[in-house]
Amino acid sequence: MADYKSLYQEVILDHNKKPRNYGTIENPSHHAVGHNPLCGDHITVDVVVDEGRINNIAFQGESCAICKASASMMTTSVKGKTREEAETLIQEFLAMATGKLSHENCPHIGRLAVFAGVSDLPTRVKCAILPWHTLNGAFNAVASTSTEAEEDPMHAPIGDA
Amino acid sequence: MSANQTTQKTRSASAFDVERIRADFPILKLKVNDKPLVYLDNAASSQMPQQVIDRLVYYQTKQHANIHRGVHYLSEVATSEFEEARRKLQRFINANEDREVIFTSGTTEAINLVMHGYGRKFIGAGDEIILTTLEHHANIVPWQMLAEEKGAKIRVVPINDAGELLIDEYEKLFNDRTKFVGVTHVSNALGSINPIKEMIAFAHARGVPVLVDGAQAAPHTKVDVQDLNCDFYAFSGHKLCGPTGIGILYGRAALLESMQPFKGGGDMILSVTFEKTTYNTIPHKFEAGTPPISAAIGLGAAVDYLSAIGMDAIAAHELDLLKYATGQISSIAGVRVMGTAEHKAAVLSFAVDGVHPHDIGTLLNQEGIAVRTGHHCAQPVMQRLHVPATSRASFAFYNTMDEVDALIAGIRTVQKIFT
Ligand SMILES: Cc1ncc(COP(=O)(O)O)c(C=O)c1O
Repeated sequence: MADYKSLYQEVILDHNKKPRNYGTIENPSHHAVGHNPLCGDHITVDVVVDEGRINNIAFQGESCAICKASASMMTTSVKGKTREEAETLIQEFLAMATGKLSHENCPHIGRLAVFAGVSDLPTRVKCAILPWHTLNGAFNAVASTSTEAEEDPMHAPIGDA
Repeated sequence: MSANQTTQKTRSASAFDVERIRADFPILKLKVNDKPLVYLDNAASSQMPQQVIDRLVYYQTKQHANIHRGVHYLSEVATSEFEEARRKLQRFINANEDREVIFTSGTTEAINLVMHGYGRKFIGAGDEIILTTLEHHANIVPWQMLAEEKGAKIRVVPINDAGELLIDEYEKLFNDRTKFVGVTHVSNALGSINPIKEMIAFAHARGVPVLVDGAQAAPHTKVDVQDLNCDFYAFSGHKLCGPTGIGILYGRAALLESMQPFKGGGDMILSVTFEKTTYNTIPHKFEAGTPPISAAIGLGAAVDYLSAIGMDAIAAHELDLLKYATGQISSIAGVRVMGTAEHKAAVLSFAVDGVHPHDIGTLLNQEGIAVRTGHHCAQPVMQRLHVPATSRASFAFYNTMDEVDALIAGIRTVQKIFT
């Protein structure tokens, strides 16, 4: 059984409380809004890509600690990287969070391994991957993405009633 | 009286033998994350006592066959047990006749049945349907589908900050285009108990039929459809210590007879030729195909079980739990209770400052405590309260004051982690 408390580690609680790169950017080169319709959470991601490199990135939104920390750590991880490097990281993060790859098999994942535990919590996976979906949407000029989209790897509703 | 005695009293005002009742529920002995399970998600689905589990096993091992078809022994036994279950449900809600009790797959299907059977026949362009802000999506979406198809209009009764319907506003919504009212007896998100008897009387004085969504009321209060004088009353077996896949639509016989069938197939017909089909009488007209026979019989056993304890005793114990929990939770700084209606069922929706409901749900689960977090399929309520989601503890008669204490301790732990 998952150790749930390990998910709420210091680093996640800290990024939740003091999110980095929080806000919006005027004139971003890429922008997207991500929704998790099941819990009403939504975040925006603004990116400035200049000559293939992410010069600036910011996010904003209403969400749980897992989502907010994931967004905050995403911004610090991809800032300064090339778009290709960021896209590789997106794929690794999605694979790790959905349990397809263990974090040991994600060469670029680094500190983001703190999110590995969500793969045992099907209802929380979406919280962790929403920012990454949204960044992916921004890169691919999809203005609005949803964790309920058809291609979503975790297309399973949270309980009812 | 010493302070200690006073607390004892507020913790347990009735002589309800909850430990004896808990012994009937095998699932309550589970451990979750090495902690005793504290199951506080009863509004979503309640647990099943051994008596109901045994009844299902007995049916499946000694009585199963298809019903209303064969002349052989098992078919006759199954048919008679199925129809006996219908009579148990009839008595449980005090319906006038057993043919007014239709087995459906649940509340959702019951409401859809009324939408198709009554709505599509009797509601047309420009007509108005009154619903309330407190409705579960199950009592909103079918009517929106109908309104879209027919060009009808939906009017919504607002609520105050406490989560109570504004009855003046309800009355003002009526006009000569009003054709139907759908109202929940008890709000699943906030626990508010609505004054449905008065609302029904008001609608009837204007010739308007009323459907009551009783999904959250039937498990917690005595329901008397004749006293309420409602036209339709819908509820689900799985919230009533019964199986999933079964529910009830009560309908006034004359109305049911005037309605068109919902689903076509076997059992709902008297005769079929390719030229013409004659529909069966009620309730069979609305029970096409092989029904969930075992689930219906299990539900019959569940209402027997609840009736033996007594719905009044159940309601009293749950009210004790609610009062105690509300008092305790209100004493925690930074916690806000949503839904403070004067008349409430044992539902406690709350928000913890600075902590998202999903984080609360995950961390309480760590303590073995099951609560529901999210919008509770009642997004209009959430919008009205300006929150995306809440955490909800919902109590059943088998919950204890100690479990309330566990919830309160769990919330304090969550706060500690987040400070
Ligand atoms: C008030 C209310 N109405 C309708 C429903 C739908 O019930 P079911 O999913 O059993 O059809 C529920 C519970 O889910 C409810 O709480």
